[in-house]
Amino acid sequence: MPIKFPFSRRRSGPTDAWTKCPSCDQQVFNKQLERNLRVCPHCGHHFRMGIGERIELLLDEGTFVERDASLESGDPLGFADQKPYPDRIEAAKVKTGLREAAVWGTGAIDGQRVAIGLFDFRFMGGSMGSVVGEKIARCFEAALAERLPAIIVSASGGARMQEGTLSLLQLAKTTAPLARLDDAGVPFISILTDPTTGGVLASFASLGDAIIAEPRALIGFAGARVASGTVGEDLPEGFQSAEFLLERGFVDMITPRAELRSTLSRLLRLLPVAPVEAIEPEQGQHAWGPIGVLSGLAERVGGAVSETIGIKVEPDAGGSGNGDRPARSSGAPEPATTEDER
Amino acid sequence: MTELMAPPDHAAVDAAWRRVQLARHPQRPRTLDLIPRIFDDFIELHGDRGFRDDPAIVGGPALLEGRPLMVIGHQKGTDTESNIMRNFGSAHPEGFRKAQRLMRLADKLGLPVVTFLDTAGAFPGPAAEERGQAEAIASSIKLMTGIQVPTVVVIVGEGGSGGALAIGVGDRVLALENAVYSVISPEGCAAILWRAPEAAPMAAAAMRMTAADQLELGVIDGIIDEPGEGAHTDHEAAARAIKRALLEALTTIGATATPELLTNRYARLRHIGTYTEDGAPAAEPELPSLRHRIGRILRLPGVPRRPRWSEVWPSGEDGPESEDES
Repeated sequence: MPIKFPFSRRRSGPTDAWTKCPSCDQQVFNKQLERNLRVCPHCGHHFRMGIGERIELLLDEGTFVERDASLESGDPLGFADQKPYPDRIEAAKVKTGLREAAVWGTGAIDGQRVAIGLFDFRFMGGSMGSVVGEKIARCFEAALAERLPAIIVSASGGARMQEGTLSLLQLAKTTAPLARLDDAGVPFISILTDPTTGGVLASFASLGDAIIAEPRALIGFAGARVASGTVGEDLPEGFQSAEFLLERGFVDMITPRAELRSTLSRLLRLLPVAPVEAIEPEQGQHAWGPIGVLSGLAERVGGAVSETIGIKVEPDAGGSGNGDRPARSSGAPEPATTEDER
Repeated sequence: MTELMAPPDHAAVDAAWRRVQLARHPQRPRTLDLIPRIFDDFIELHGDRGFRDDPAIVGGPALLEGRPLMVIGHQKGTDTESNIMRNFGSAHPEGFRKAQRLMRLADKLGLPVVTFLDTAGAFPGPAAEERGQAEAIASSIKLMTGIQVPTVVVIVGEGGSGGALAIGVGDRVLALENAVYSVISPEGCAAILWRAPEAAPMAAAAMRMTAADQLELGVIDGIIDEPGEGAHTDHEAAARAIKRALLEALTTIGATATPELLTNRYARLRHIGTYTEDGAPAAEPELPSLRHRIGRILRLPGVPRRPRWSEVWPSGEDGPESEDES
């Protein structure tokens, strides 16, 4: 370790005060990088961002309240490669100050409350295991129960290999609540940052009602290594970039970081949570007013009435081959109390 | 090759690798070998109605003991030529979109859905990327979590990652005795974590991908015994065993009312995974008093500054490469 004299300022040199931009090779002063939202002032390269900075970027100051912070991973497989899985988690905790690769909570954007989940790529590549999946699912379930728009800021290499198929099944666990948000009229905005690949992209992240990507973010299904290894051919330049996905129609917009918050705020106004009254009538075909009474009557006396007064009577859904379709739910999710029987 | 932390348990590694090889056996019965042996009638429907017909996924309506249902499965080839035609059972987005179309049809008509999983994974090439491989898998999964008909999944060979799960969400998930199910291929896992593809057998053991392991982890609900040395030795007997299991599963879940079926399916997915939680409620946001709010603005002494989230979780330089899965 070099000896440091208090009067020799040269030694505190450029190593930690400057960052080299991987895109334009310019040296960027770190303070300036922070002030500029971790965007290179020379070429506009978007550096990766931690969860804390992202919260400060997107949410009204002091509104974020973290939930389920105490969730921590187990080691269900007893997984060890060159390093046991628990050791890897411990190292990631020390490195990032986080307890897992994702955090969720509630907050406000220009006064509009949201349920928001965020990933940190530095924690084991933002990989999704049981805890990350659980947090994302709980974020969506809270959005459903409290009728808040859901937002997820993704940065992930995919499912976490160290939890095997339990990680794979997190794709289904995080995606299942989205069908309920659809039924309840609650919007979900997905934000894809560098990099979003693998199982996270192949689940909820691709299914936003609106999808925003950061400029030049790497976004793709298969990591380049997996793809070139399997396909055995050279991959075209930039085929997994945000720009490529916009062109092919898989994201709605590419938004520079400086405009992300204002874009989100406008989107939240334009895509509001459906008012509960607007959903009620669809809860049952016989729910509304006079027609409900008439068709209720028609049901009891059979088709005769409908012919006489000329209204169409739907057969009771419960008797049809389709089984009874549950009505649109306007509120809380059904409590998941039923354990499946093996 | 780098030295290993702990000496691997050779017996466990060999056993896991043998299952992987059996699951990939070239004579293992494929979806189109099983369908005529299990069902009384079957008409294959083709195409995703958007781009093309993907031969890596097949499906259509079938009769099981006289009762109609929808069957969908991955289709590998049996020789080089047919494997090229079937892309080795690795589907492109249009394959998953065909599956979705068939599931919607089943949902519309109230037909139960049966799927057969046998794929190394979804195809990762540029053509698949540009047509939205991730979106196709994601929307397939979402559709399966919500269709209002009983769904039975049978892993017959390789259950490879997202490409398998895309048609693998069900009310009952069964696996043949020598089938495997994993988040990434053992070769892929070995290349990333061991940095040596030849460590694949060790990766296979570490990921606990055999049917017995999956049952223990609660990912599948039952195992279907295979004849003799494996399903490749007797397609007829393997098909009979699958048929028996299908009839049993469909009889049980077919009797469940739709809302209950959907609640159970949701609960089944929500319970997968292990984690600890200390149960303490998250800290309530402290509502600052007027004195604090003014004090913060004027930076008065004795008024605690609100912690900034970037200080709680500081940003640093990027971590090592991603732990991505295919």
